[in-house]
Amino acid sequence: MGKNDLIGGALWEQYSDKVSARMDDPKYRGEITEAQAEAMGAKLIVADWGAEACGDAVRLYWAVEKGTNKILDARFKSFGCGTAIASSDVMAEMCIGKTVDEAVAITNIDVEHSLRDKDDIPAIPPQKMHCSVMAYDVIKKAASLYKGVDMASFEEEEIVCECARVSLRTIRDVIRINDLKTVEEITNYTKAGAFCKSCIKPGGHEKRKYYLVDILHDVRKEMEKEKMAEATETKDFKSMTVVQRLKKIESVLEAEIKPILAQDGGSLEVVDIKDEDGKTIVYINYLGACQGCPGAQTGTLMAIQQFLHEKVDESIIVEPV
Amino acid sequence: MQKVYLDNNATTLVDPKVKEAMDPFFTQIYGNPNSLHDFGTEPHPYMRLAFDRMYKAIDAPDSSDILITSCATESNNMVLKGVYFDILRHGKRPQIIISPVEHPCVTNTARFLSELGVEVIQLPLNSDGIVDGQILKKYIDPNKTALVSIMWANNETGLIFPVKELARIAHDNGALFHTDAVQAIGKIPVDVRDADVDFLTFSAHKFHGPKGIGGIYIREGLRLTPLLHGGEQMGGKRAGTVNVPSLIGMGYAMELAAENLEFEQTEVKRLRDKLEDSIASIPDTMVIGKRELRTPNTILVSVKGVEGESMIWDLNKKGVAASTGSACASESLEPNPTFVAIGFDSELAHTGIRLSLSRFTTEQEIDYTIDVFKESVERLRKISSSY
Repeated sequence: MGKNDLIGGALWEQYSDKVSARMDDPKYRGEITEAQAEAMGAKLIVADWGAEACGDAVRLYWAVEKGTNKILDARFKSFGCGTAIASSDVMAEMCIGKTVDEAVAITNIDVEHSLRDKDDIPAIPPQKMHCSVMAYDVIKKAASLYKGVDMASFEEEEIVCECARVSLRTIRDVIRINDLKTVEEITNYTKAGAFCKSCIKPGGHEKRKYYLVDILHDVRKEMEKEKMAEATETKDFKSMTVVQRLKKIESVLEAEIKPILAQDGGSLEVVDIKDEDGKTIVYINYLGACQGCPGAQTGTLMAIQQFLHEKVDESIIVEPV
Repeated sequence: MQKVYLDNNATTLVDPKVKEAMDPFFTQIYGNPNSLHDFGTEPHPYMRLAFDRMYKAIDAPDSSDILITSCATESNNMVLKGVYFDILRHGKRPQIIISPVEHPCVTNTARFLSELGVEVIQLPLNSDGIVDGQILKKYIDPNKTALVSIMWANNETGLIFPVKELARIAHDNGALFHTDAVQAIGKIPVDVRDADVDFLTFSAHKFHGPKGIGGIYIREGLRLTPLLHGGEQMGGKRAGTVNVPSLIGMGYAMELAAENLEFEQTEVKRLRDKLEDSIASIPDTMVIGKRELRTPNTILVSVKGVEGESMIWDLNKKGVAASTGSACASESLEPNPTFVAIGFDSELAHTGIRLSLSRFTTEQEIDYTIDVFKESVERLRKISSSY
């Protein structure tokens, strides 16, 4: 917020002159017929994307030259707002003269850039960026129809933010590398969520597969776990909390000692741990065959203590209860 | 280029007579009405007149309160939050009931209260797109419901809700009844005594008064914790120095609105019907809501194959101001609940155009709009992928 945001609703004022001009008179609106394509020696492709129920729908016509895979002509029809119509018009224009493979590389960001009046001023307001995504998707659809392949084959990565084309992997990496803690930080680093905001959390403009809040939550949780594990690994035994020390001792007992005792049908449990004069006293309770076994008070006890000295810390004294 | 304003449900022009009546209160009669000196008392007779006009316009008994607020949003906040402080938070009656098509100042306030533990019920609509008595009876709980808040007329469709019947059902179940009458005043008769409501909200700029002033009617004997605490203005029920020029303007505008009701029901309706019939004659268009259930100035029409924002863009290029409740610029792509209730195809959810007239709309403007509307539909359908 700030002074410039206090008067809302100036949506159309944020459209570039190019957007307005294309909306008022889209040059590539219309269709290509079978006969027209035939006359060009081209194959006609008609691709539909979106649905009226979602607020945006676009149909793209391509006349693709056989042999060279070159798009000789492109036309569109669109059910959508001004920015959707303007984006579709630019997209159709950009396709002409390119091969199908080259056209697939056109993104919504290219479309938006070519609608700018000035290089550094966006052509459309952030919440309208998703309208240009349609233009990108319909190209992939047309290419998949032409090549007879699945649309997904053009997408190498899982995209979280369609408007800024930011992948799941990028977002996860950025959170980890920069230790990001808020969605705003993710947006500042990647632009994900800066436009139509649908990908930030459920309940926005569009339903999404991934949401930034969930990704952040999951990655933070993973990082937290790793940090905990690492801390317990490297931390000096004396500076650990009681619970950490208990866990450490139990993990050694579990891995190294209990299997040996179990061979004779015995076991043990830790009852308590206590600090005394710089020593850590570990109170244990013998179970099974160990109960009443004379060795349990002598040789076995010494062996357990020795083990813990080696694997955990020298300060440990083991006391049976 | 001709300019035609057909967005009168958003706001209206201030009637020049109203503006003239307000004028002296900026530079001549400008005292604070709470001051003791002559400057302070000078506006009193004019303020009294403004209140008389408002009480008369909605038939409020002298023993009831009409508090002056800054807008309908404040009024609606005051009712919902006041009832929260007075009843809801004590837990004996923790529930409020609203319609699914209330203005955001009701729905978002209700959502805020739900975060504080209030149970909020959003009623379904019937196949006419309104809440009827049957529906309210089904959902109201005589042991839990503290407040029923349902608008008198809807801003987008103009559909009128049966508030008298709904108020009776609320009272039969021990609940209070509030209605947001922002879209009703000046369009249809509004009588608080006949409708027997407890609270009623209104806003001056919807009936040719100034912006930034509204009001709330509170039935005699009801207490409502204030939203604004401060000085002793209006008996401490709504603190803050009264906006005298706007109060004068609102009083006069409300009187004029009441006087023009007949004109609204005949002449404005005639022009609205003319525009509506012409639009309906375009193939694959559909007007939402039965005509006899709507305010006389409003049309919400769906034009197949034409997205709402594109349509208002084209109309605007030709000087006609309309609005769309289904813009793809809106926060959510969820279709308008009225569309769904009436049984509209979800395909049409983004095709709604609202045209709302006022008593200042002329026949020539309507004729011009009819031509412009047809041209725009024709152009956009040529571009459309779905027509």
